[in-house]
Amino acid sequence: MAKKKTIRTIPQERTPMREQPAAARVRNFSEVACGFTLEDALRESERCLLCPEQPCVGGCPVGIDIPGFIQKINQKDFRGAYDVLTDTNLLPAICGRVCPQENQCEGVCTVGDTLEPVAVGRLERWVGDQAIAEGWANIPYIEPAPYRVGIVGSGPAGMACAADMAKAGCDVTVYEAFHKPGGVLRYGIPDFRLPNEVIDAEIGKLQQLGVKFECNTLVGRLFTIEQMIDELGFHAVFVGTGAGYPTMPGIPGDSLNGVLSANELLTRCNLMGAKEFPDYDTPLPLGQRVTVIGAGNTAMDAMRVCRRLGAEKVYCVYRRSRAEAPARAEEVHHAEEEGIEFHWLTNPVAVLDDGKGGVRGLRCMRMELGEPDESGRRRPVAVAGSEHDIETDLVVFAIGTNANPIMGQTSSLKLNQRGYIEADDQFATSVAGVYAGGDIVTGAATVIEAMGAGRRAARSMKAYLGIRDADQPYAIEGRGSSNRMFGIDPAERNFARIRVA
Amino acid sequence: MSNFEIVAREDFSDVTYLLEVSHPLMAKAARPGQFVIVMSHEHGERIPLTIADFDRSKGTITLVIQAVGKTTKEMQQQCVVGTSLYGVTGPMGIPSHIDKVKKVACVGGGLGVAPIFPHARAFKEAGAYVIGIVGFRTKDLMFWEDKFRACCDEFIVCTDDGSAGIKGNVTVGIKRAIQLHPDLDEVVAIGPPIMMKGCAEATREHKIKTMVSLNPLMVDGTGMCGGCRVKIGNQVKFACVDGPDFDGHQVDFDDLMTRLRRFATQERTAVERWSEHCRMANPLQTLAVRAGQPAVETLPDPFDEVAGG
Repeated sequence: MAKKKTIRTIPQERTPMREQPAAARVRNFSEVACGFTLEDALRESERCLLCPEQPCVGGCPVGIDIPGFIQKINQKDFRGAYDVLTDTNLLPAICGRVCPQENQCEGVCTVGDTLEPVAVGRLERWVGDQAIAEGWANIPYIEPAPYRVGIVGSGPAGMACAADMAKAGCDVTVYEAFHKPGGVLRYGIPDFRLPNEVIDAEIGKLQQLGVKFECNTLVGRLFTIEQMIDELGFHAVFVGTGAGYPTMPGIPGDSLNGVLSANELLTRCNLMGAKEFPDYDTPLPLGQRVTVIGAGNTAMDAMRVCRRLGAEKVYCVYRRSRAEAPARAEEVHHAEEEGIEFHWLTNPVAVLDDGKGGVRGLRCMRMELGEPDESGRRRPVAVAGSEHDIETDLVVFAIGTNANPIMGQTSSLKLNQRGYIEADDQFATSVAGVYAGGDIVTGAATVIEAMGAGRRAARSMKAYLGIRDADQPYAIEGRGSSNRMFGIDPAERNFARIRVA
Repeated sequence: MSNFEIVAREDFSDVTYLLEVSHPLMAKAARPGQFVIVMSHEHGERIPLTIADFDRSKGTITLVIQAVGKTTKEMQQQCVVGTSLYGVTGPMGIPSHIDKVKKVACVGGGLGVAPIFPHARAFKEAGAYVIGIVGFRTKDLMFWEDKFRACCDEFIVCTDDGSAGIKGNVTVGIKRAIQLHPDLDEVVAIGPPIMMKGCAEATREHKIKTMVSLNPLMVDGTGMCGGCRVKIGNQVKFACVDGPDFDGHQVDFDDLMTRLRRFATQERTAVERWSEHCRMANPLQTLAVRAGQPAVETLPDPFDEVAGG
């Protein structure tokens, strides 16, 4: 056994990840961050102190055994590292790329108190990429259960829920309205951040678990949630349709040609292949000077896509300051490297018409930060008389989304005031057997949070169907022995058999 | 869901064709006023097409398409009986509300004649007195007269050149219907934006409820991109999930028409490139071009293919 590591004995510098140089990458859609090499991974794994508190596990929305998998890397048991990761997270190659680690595991890392935190995300990605390259897949022995589960939406929430239900032995079908599965991972996140091959590989793993994907299926309209339960023979349904109804600002000129949502830009470019127009039939609005409003991950993606499509200037307009920007730190940093000009504390008040239905500029106000608002961030207040114009020919709004109305229009699911599906802390909706999670419940959040919701909903669905959950200890807290027979919880499906016997 | 086989095809004219596509679930779910998003091949674009008819017993839906853009021209060439479309998703949009009315005029202009048919049939089934008004450029482009006559109590044909029925566009037909039936309760109009605008103007002074089916550009058709936003009164709505039917007297048609031209340049590029490709692949056509035929047809309206709504 090696000597106990201390903060002084570990490599002091966080291992850098090789990246495409900014000048080259703004001309292509290949991945920006090239990932760790074996040596990088081994060196970085050395930096984990294996501290007893394990704050990183608590910081992870799905509770990955982070020191566990890093330890396996350190022992050069890479397959073992993958096994530890996939105990809790089926999609390490995706999460390692898109999680906001600085607010989660890395944000609370003990090493981070003194030095730069351990690069958990990069290590996770490295293991995920190894698995794809080596063709590793953890297909556990699955005890078949006589239940059919329908999943609405093939994004991260749906994928996570599908994986857990398939492992529990259910016959799982995932419905997707687009022609390709993956949801926001496919249409939203560009190739240079999450290559399509990674999504395909992770979906392939779900298919190995027996999950079926049905694309071109608009649930709600082709058949309703109620029909899934009553007519199509599903015993339980999970709704993970995402938020997806982009907010438009309601300022003068926002219906001009040359004004669009980031969702539209990204869907055209990523899913529909418009960046290769006319080899692909979907056109894309091109701008020489593009202004993107917002500073979340979607905004960063939109800016960097426009840069790659050949825009000379790309501006970011955000009404708060850099400190409040919701994007991953790495994305803001990458965007800056790629020459995006940031206009912090600036708010658009009107899109200016070029007289031909297009855009000639964006009128903005300067803002200053006042008292904190309900989100805890300081509320931006307009500075009187600070109007100024930014010359631009394409305006992209990335200012968030509202609830998609289709589920509400077509089912009796109870919605909250803002139109999101109302679900209790067990992710159950107002309709028996129907569960919901991800953005359609919480409003726009992150990929990993949606996956966490999908997994926790799966746990509730297993309980609802009476499938024993291997993650759950036998005795459920708070239930006295009077509720149990022969020491077995009546909620278990085998109980029926025992009773008959 | 895959394999959307074309089980029947009919060509109404050089540019207008009908495809009957096998999709039993959709045939069961579809209701008047709804549309589908079609992708003809893997590199294709997603185009919205109004469901012109559905047959629940046969398990098919019918689409009527006008070949004006690259995608619709290519489909005209390639979609023969026995082939399959890459993707058909729907039925999308809120189904039209078939009001319990006594007297209704169902107005279809050009390609809009096809999608107005399910409305006429549904109103008839709901017990209304149905006046069908259809408009075409000329007699040769007419289709479905028999289908309309079977479900309309009155049927008015308008042609721009007067080769059949009344000479003039459908607004002339509407005015005549209002004259004959001052008790008209509702008008439903589907067609190119300029035609729907004309219909709304024709009924405005008579305060007759007028519903129109809007046809903006779309990508996903599920409310996710906002490309199809339209101005209704002083509100912004997404035609794909909040519509496609709106009160014609509230719609800002000029805004709609401007937005329909968003990709006019790119669409032209696509058609030119595709035509060029076809000529290379088919030398016979090259000869025809040399013989003096125009190399690239001028586009009447690059987005007329979705004029059905």
